[in-house]
Amino acid sequence: MEHPQHRDAPVLNKSVPVRHPGRWISALIILAVVAVFLQSLFTNPNFRWDVVGTYILDVKVVQGVGWTLLLTVASMVLAIVLAILLAFMRQSDNPIFRWSSWVWVWFFRGTPVYTQLVLWGLISVLYPKISAGIPFGPEFFSLDTSAVITATVAAILGLGLNESAYLAEIFRAGLKSVDRGQQEAAEALGMSKGKIMWRIILPQAMRVIVPPTGNETIGMLKTTSLVLAVPFTLDLTFATNALANRTYLPVPLLIVAAIWYLVITSILMVGQHFIEAYYGRGVDNQAPAAGVNPAAAKAAAAGADAHRSMKTDFPEESAR
Amino acid sequence: MTITAEKPLVQIEGLHKYYGHHHVLRGIDMTVKQGEVSVVIGPSGSGKSTMLRCVNLLETISAGRISVGGQLIGYREVNGRLHDLKTKEIAAQRREIGMVFQRFNLFPHKTALQNVMEAPVHVKGQPKAEAQKRALELLDRVGLGDRAGHYPSQLSGGQQQRVAIARALAMEPDLMLIDEPTSALDPELVGDVLNVMKDLAKSGMTMIVVTHEIGFAREVGDTLTFMDGGVVVESGDPREIIANPQHARTKEFLSRVL
Repeated sequence: MEHPQHRDAPVLNKSVPVRHPGRWISALIILAVVAVFLQSLFTNPNFRWDVVGTYILDVKVVQGVGWTLLLTVASMVLAIVLAILLAFMRQSDNPIFRWSSWVWVWFFRGTPVYTQLVLWGLISVLYPKISAGIPFGPEFFSLDTSAVITATVAAILGLGLNESAYLAEIFRAGLKSVDRGQQEAAEALGMSKGKIMWRIILPQAMRVIVPPTGNETIGMLKTTSLVLAVPFTLDLTFATNALANRTYLPVPLLIVAAIWYLVITSILMVGQHFIEAYYGRGVDNQAPAAGVNPAAAKAAAAGADAHRSMKTDFPEESAR
Repeated sequence: MTITAEKPLVQIEGLHKYYGHHHVLRGIDMTVKQGEVSVVIGPSGSGKSTMLRCVNLLETISAGRISVGGQLIGYREVNGRLHDLKTKEIAAQRREIGMVFQRFNLFPHKTALQNVMEAPVHVKGQPKAEAQKRALELLDRVGLGDRAGHYPSQLSGGQQQRVAIARALAMEPDLMLIDEPTSALDPELVGDVLNVMKDLAKSGMTMIVVTHEIGFAREVGDTLTFMDGGVVVESGDPREIIANPQHARTKEFLSRVL
């Protein structure tokens, strides 16, 4: 039997592809809409791009960006620390820990963040003094609440505590996503509870935790605009609103705020991409570890060649 | 096969295990001497893996005692009463016992080398350079010296299981517990894993191996234990039992797997 076409490279099939007229039509419609919108950006005088240009780098606006970033980062850091603690407590053998964690999440997730911010702003009305001592017993020292819980602290506490409840659930889901066998393998090696969590379970859980946490961070960036409730009056939204009220030009100043929020969100997205890549190593990305020096590994393997005569010779397996 | 020492390393006495009302182990007695390869076979659900997992406390012991190297596992006995050991003390006991799992359980976020180095560096506190040198020797011993930088997902099942064996050996255990090491492997990959285990047996390692590989039991085993329904049905010289099983249940099981 002769199969001449099998001797050399096969003749590749040249089929006529299916046509997609729908794609062309939808592309034209979308392009038309975009063109109309772009044209309005240039021709509609109500956008007042000159005002946008004047205020985009205004001192008050840039300071507002700084405060918004500070609030976002500080409250997310607080929330992440609390959330890790809450997630660990939720998994604990200690029923008191499990219960307290559950109640915390129930309360901070169950009330509006706006209400919580107002409450933190009023904390010095509720508790005029903070003191350390034994309940119903002697008092060691006492401070004025309004001196400790400033508007900034109140804003960070309000945002961070509320966020910790949501993040705790994200972390709990992440920890649960790691295969039970990982815990067992680490236990069988004699690793301590803490090492198992930090070195084995959490790094794998991070793969699941990072994307929704990035989402929450971007959400937090914009939730900071609610700190007016405290009242905290230095963030980006407050700064642009104040300028809008003074100039009677709300639209261009909303655009200024929107541009800044978009810029920060874009930067956060880039950061998230790199964090995801880091925690996806070994699973999502297949590049060999940077930590291993292949030359050193080769040299050591060559050094171990002396043992080779003793061991059984293994036929090579092909990696999947 | 000669037995190198007479001292029992592992002693299991009257071991029972309940999962709720489900009585999985119904009084297991077993002795493994130093340097011995003890092979455990039996149908699935017979409790052989549960028994193995009790030895390093991956399962709690419902009744009975297990001692390894003369040390009671999981408890301290004070005036005839048993006291639970603390997590730290249990971890210390587990350091002396290596375990290999059916599903390998390699750490997927670490390379083969990092998997093997993890416990020596972070449990024993070995210097990194020393641990790396030793880990590469071990990987070479299991035939994977050139795969050190690969992640588990880049290795075949058989390669992963050999890394898992190297990882357990890196802690220099007195005892290896090996739980169905080839059951999750494609048939053509089984041989390499069995060869590593044979090599390990020759080096004098004490092992309890739960397996379906009757050939391995006959060739390498010093004792063979057949379990069914949570009890030891028959135990003794592997070649004798395989050639001439005394018990009807053993006969039936062997006729099905051979």
